[in-house]
Amino acid sequence: MPKKKEVRKIVFNSEKEMPLAPMSLGSMLHNKTGAWRNIRPVIDLSKCIKCGICWKFCPDASIDIVDEWPQINYDYCKGCGICAEECPQKCITMVEEEK
Amino acid sequence: MRKVIMGNHALSYGAMLSRAQVIAAYPITPQTQVVELLSEMCADGTLNAKFIKVESEHSAMAACLGASLAGARTFTATSAQGLALMHEMLHWAAGGRMPVVMGNINRALAPGWSIWTDQNDSLSERDTGWIQFYCSSNQEVLDTVIQAYKVSEKLMIPSMIILDAFTLSHTYEVVEIPEQEKVDAYLPPFNPPFRLTPEDPHAFGGLTSPDHYMELRYKLQKDMEKVPDLVEETGREYEKMFGRYLGQVEEYLCADAELVFVTSGTAGYTARVAVDELREKGFKVGNLRIKLFRPFPFKKVREILTRVPKVAVLDRNLSYGHHGIFYQEVKSALYGQSPQPAIFGFVAGLGGRDITRDSFKEIADYALKHDRAEEEIVWIGVKK
Repeated sequence: MPKKKEVRKIVFNSEKEMPLAPMSLGSMLHNKTGAWRNIRPVIDLSKCIKCGICWKFCPDASIDIVDEWPQINYDYCKGCGICAEECPQKCITMVEEEK
Repeated sequence: MRKVIMGNHALSYGAMLSRAQVIAAYPITPQTQVVELLSEMCADGTLNAKFIKVESEHSAMAACLGASLAGARTFTATSAQGLALMHEMLHWAAGGRMPVVMGNINRALAPGWSIWTDQNDSLSERDTGWIQFYCSSNQEVLDTVIQAYKVSEKLMIPSMIILDAFTLSHTYEVVEIPEQEKVDAYLPPFNPPFRLTPEDPHAFGGLTSPDHYMELRYKLQKDMEKVPDLVEETGREYEKMFGRYLGQVEEYLCADAELVFVTSGTAGYTARVAVDELREKGFKVGNLRIKLFRPFPFKKVREILTRVPKVAVLDRNLSYGHHGIFYQEVKSALYGQSPQPAIFGFVAGLGGRDITRDSFKEIADYALKHDRAEEEIVWIGVKK
């Protein structure tokens, strides 16, 4: 997990440099929001049927499909548990984070 | 091709000819026929668009915003309570720079429950950052939809095309329906400078700190200030191609007038007839119909009204505890100008009460007999 001092902010000095509309400009590449997480999803790949439902339901796009298998990106996963709830195989368990 | 159509259908034809791609709407009287015809056009293939039925006006605008961000040309229409329910999403459209074009049929807000016309619904949305056009004929409605897409998409600011309930929405007039190829030549496909796409992913409308919010709003205002000139330019271009000029205001016999009515919507149409009749009787009156209300056409209004001694502003709306809203706006535009005319504020026609030629005669009679208004608001036709 990145430490707080590594968090970066994009600040423009002039309106001329800014886009027309309020839009994200990549600050999430620096600000790894997974630090908010209290419980982490852990996938038991031996039971996984590669259906992709966890990938589809993840509200923060924090599950990638790597070589057909789901892989959780803990840099951004906030531990909401939707993937564990939706998994038809019940192969995702939510495990308490330790310090 | 010439066709006899109602004002509501003039909006539908405008959206069809502009090749709207996504239409999301919820029915409400007196607007329903606008989207009813568009849904038929979508069903029979006349219009290649996605028609989304939604559960409320708030959702109708939300659906338009998503589609607009994805790069689609979007259209919706509503009235009164429906527009009020959309209020939050109107801010999203303008603040997020999504050039939706919407028809609003002016209908008085409840209570008392009303389906008849007045302008308080659209004027309550004055400060949302939308461009507002108030129309006075079915031809103008159709033409303005096409022009509005051009203006909106150039500046990425949404537009509201406004017409009176029944006195225009359900009134049939002869309308010249432009040819599709000519409209295509006037209005190129929508090509936004940013869009929601997996190729270049961004989130839109997210948290904006005090570091940037003010700059975004500064940019919106600066672009709003470009609208009057762009309306002029696109209106002249429209005239070259279709023979009808689309301006910010419509000036009628103002040059030598001693008194000029300032009007909007269908009342502006009636005013012209009243001006002719009053002139026959020897009264030098004129009419200035304000079509573009937001942004306010300061330059045009000042140019015309600083030449006349008296101005009578007619409002079919009221800011309770203050004045009629056009009256406030005209006064603010003329403040500190030299010479400054005497300005009178009249309120008439709330909740769909008729504004007739006689209303204008009453207004002229008052304004010509007084050096200045004796009351803050001069009411026309109220049963005191």
